Amino acid sequence: MIVTSALIIWKALMCITGSESPVVVVLSGSMEPGFKRGDILFLHMSKDPIRAGEIVVFNVDGREIPIVHRVIKVHERQDTGEVEVLTKGDNNYGDDRLLYAQGQLWLKRQHIMGRAVGSGFGAPLAIFGEDLPGPNLALRFLPYVGWVTIIMTEKPIIKYILIGALGLLVITSKD
Amino acid sequence: MHSFGYRANALLTFAVTILALMCAIASLSDNLNTPSPSAQIEILNINWFQKQPHGNDEVSLTLNITADLQSLFTWNTKQLFIFVAAEYETPKNALNQVSLWDAIIPAKEFAKFSIHTSNKYRFIDQGHNLRSKEFNLTLHWHVMPKTGKMFANKIVMSGYRLPEDYR
Repeated sequence: MIVTSALIIWKALMCITGSESPVVVVLSGSMEPGFKRGDILFLHMSKDPIRAGEIVVFNVDGREIPIVHRVIKVHERQDTGEVEVLTKGDNNYGDDRLLYAQGQLWLKRQHIMGRAVGSGFGAPLAIFGEDLPGPNLALRFLPYVGWVTIIMTEKPIIKYILIGALGLLVITSKD
Repeated sequence: MHSFGYRANALLTFAVTILALMCAIASLSDNLNTPSPSAQIEILNINWFQKQPHGNDEVSLTLNITADLQSLFTWNTKQLFIFVAAEYETPKNALNQVSLWDAIIPAKEFAKFSIHTSNKYRFIDQGHNLRSKEFNLTLHWHVMPKTGKMFANKIVMSGYRLPEDYR
């Protein structure tokens, strides 16, 4: 029952935000100090044109892992409205041309999965400081929810073990 | 009904819900802030202006950027990401935005500044349309919160023009 409600919420989020993956986890440190590894980002993809400064999540042809970087250059065609975009991680020295596919100089709209509109879970540590032991312990865990995703991406065997265990739980529970 | 599993589940769900609510409230508090930022950009020098071997125009500039963005900071602000973009139109492209310089402002104390800098990123056109080109220099800022919604806005400064010929 928990599994189906989680699935329903996920699919609803997909519909509302118009994006394939409405929530992503930041996987690298290339956007620090703004976004740290493990941070959770909320995405939204609207028909609004892509403009410089926006933080976009994109896939490079041939790579499965999406990248979250900022748009630094935009060239929008007069006739078609098509856009060519160059991105760069805030914490990187150079732009993303090295990450794009061979010979690719620009990203186009079809490469972009969504725009980051907000991030979550950084605040509680700021709100509570170091004073309250009980709630503080629970809150300290939440920024690291994203780390579960990182571990599963880097060691896929853990993903299979987890899914297998979840499956077993669903089958054997009396709910 | 009172097993450890059920209780742990209920506790975790409750904690996550409260946390999400707190993050939302923290984010909403940002709307109470009424910022009054100001900025000026001066082009001190056109260092060089050439046509590249591939046929694209490129120009190198030295800028003086002065701004007071202190009013944008709230208690929920992690940092301000600012950048200066040259924006112009060409026959082929309805809009060109080229980021020339950016910076991260980590705290309110650093938000009032004046710097001399040459362009951090190369100002390259798609084509050779830059001679005598009129363009805007826009200072954009993105308020990155500790939690919640990111805000962005800009100040557009117009009236800049590139030289008639390559140098």
